[in-house]
Amino acid sequence: MTRVFISRDAASLALGADTVAAALAAAGSVELVRTGSRGTFWLEPMIEVETPAGRIAYGPIQPDAVPGLLSAGLLAGEAHRLRLGRPEELPFLAAQTRLTFARCGVTDPVSLDDYRRHGGLKGLTRAIEVGPAASIAAVTDAGLRGRGGAGFPTGIKWRTAAEARGARKFIVCNADEGDSGTFADRMLMEGDPYCLIEGMVIAGLAVGATKGWVYTRSEYSHAAATFEQALAHARLAGLLGADVMGSGFAFDIEQRIGAGAYICGEETSLLDSLEGRRGQVRAKPPLPAHKGLFGCPTVINNVITLASVPVILAEGAAHYRDIGMGRSRGTMPIQIAGNVRQGGLFEAGFGLTLGEIVEDIGGGTLTGRPIRAVQVGGPLGAYFPPALFDTPFDYEAFAARDGLIGHGGVVVFDDTVDLARQARFAMEFCAEESCGKCTPCRIGSVRGMEVIDSILAGDRVDANLALLRDLCETMKFGSLCALGGFIPYPVISALTHFPEDFRRASALAAD
Amino acid sequence: MAEYEPWAASRAAEIIAAHAGQEGATLPILHAMQQTFGYVPAQAIPQIAEALNLTRAEVHGIVSFYHDFRPAPPGRHVLRLCRAEACQSLGADRVAAEVQARLDVDWHDTTGDGAVTLEPVFCLGLCAVGPSGMLDGKPLGRLDPARVEAALDAVR
Repeated sequence: MTRVFISRDAASLALGADTVAAALAAAGSVELVRTGSRGTFWLEPMIEVETPAGRIAYGPIQPDAVPGLLSAGLLAGEAHRLRLGRPEELPFLAAQTRLTFARCGVTDPVSLDDYRRHGGLKGLTRAIEVGPAASIAAVTDAGLRGRGGAGFPTGIKWRTAAEARGARKFIVCNADEGDSGTFADRMLMEGDPYCLIEGMVIAGLAVGATKGWVYTRSEYSHAAATFEQALAHARLAGLLGADVMGSGFAFDIEQRIGAGAYICGEETSLLDSLEGRRGQVRAKPPLPAHKGLFGCPTVINNVITLASVPVILAEGAAHYRDIGMGRSRGTMPIQIAGNVRQGGLFEAGFGLTLGEIVEDIGGGTLTGRPIRAVQVGGPLGAYFPPALFDTPFDYEAFAARDGLIGHGGVVVFDDTVDLARQARFAMEFCAEESCGKCTPCRIGSVRGMEVIDSILAGDRVDANLALLRDLCETMKFGSLCALGGFIPYPVISALTHFPEDFRRASALAAD
Repeated sequence: MAEYEPWAASRAAEIIAAHAGQEGATLPILHAMQQTFGYVPAQAIPQIAEALNLTRAEVHGIVSFYHDFRPAPPGRHVLRLCRAEACQSLGADRVAAEVQARLDVDWHDTTGDGAVTLEPVFCLGLCAVGPSGMLDGKPLGRLDPARVEAALDAVR
């Protein structure tokens, strides 16, 4: 029996991985192992065959290509038009620094043995040895910042919760990854769920929490199912429960499913939702670290933040901190998406330029047309024109150019995009998803749509453009959270870098 | 396709009882209602309110806040098409318009024969293989109208 690896990541399934797996299984003499994805989605469905020379990859594979591949000697790693060679040597993968995603696409995601064999649980073992204070110090020294988008120093958040007094404390994992163009949380939960579990247990041990909650968005049914399986295995193996790995420390995790509200990715809305209410934003203070879930001290971190912790503990703070640039330390899983030839997940130290990401790594547009705009950081992120492609991927560098890196999603648009329409969509999305608590967001987004509609209709364009900028100022500085506060980023960037798109109607009228 | 049970107050009471002991039980109860009945029946709201010591208005407010909860049962198949930016960049709007025209439905509508309900979704995390969608929970990538049609034909 030859071992053949095929991803069961939802994006691989979307391209037919299950049908390819079934065709291979039907051929016999194959032991199929379903893995997460390596994140090279333009090569999916991709299969990897175990040979004496290591794994050999083939892709992208249509189900009807399977018989031909088998007769060409697929199971011996023989030559074929679709043969890609050793996956580690694919330029897209060889150029990465995979710390958080080291196992994703390599191991069977629900096999705890696989996890251990590939370096899993080293971080937790170390955390138990060194204790809470040293664990928090390691995370602080590593310079890890919140990967959900806000970039707040994780170690400081943990220390605040550790020092807070409360009968119960919680670790809450934000897996409500709603930004278009992002899929790192999904891939990690589908491809290496124990890494998240390990990170949460370390966090629990560090701050003295006994329970963790994972709030997973309902759109991620595959991630939720894989994570639930991993939780069950982890309990059986004593990784979760009354005595975590014999340490005497109790910690368990419960997964809850969201219900399609984008705002619940905002940390305080998420807490309200977990408590069983409408997901409405809370005013801060009090900080969740002092008074969070059910009024108890709570650390709330994104999936990737927590999943970056095991390697920091295992390899030491310096190993992580020595990668990156400026105040952005370590690696970031950049998600290259949209109209792009080589879309996928690229984990690298901070500092690559936007141009390197979309042109060199992403290979330009899928349609073959010139890139006109790149939206970075999801629906609340700015649209960057090629003139700004020298911007390095770094929290501060993007902020200096009126943008944000957010959760690391990069969405490429070709020259057919209409930025006035995208700006209108941003306001429409905000109106639809606003929790309604504060006026600038609730009313401002509706007014924003109306004003853009007037501009597009050619109605008093100059006055309405000035009004739109004024409205964006009000939303930016007057909103309670990042939804209303950041929705001006896509709108203002579209106005600033693509002003001609807002003057089409008036240009037509002048002709 | 999913098989749903017809509304029964006794069944709703069982669902509530199974979850009422959990902290923050509202969403788990509402999800279980929708999994069982295909939607969150209005008749369930007073029962949930009673069990969780909330007002009916509060429970209604929660149900209507979240996009997932349907006020009526869906068709035999549910097709969700992504409308977010990454899929827009590859023409998701055109695909959706074509599918709507072919099925003769708007968002949230069910075809006349009760076969397909069309729902919008804002991101499935399939942003590198867009335009994307989901049919009865099965992910779909690189969609065009023909691929949507083929996927529907395979289940209908």
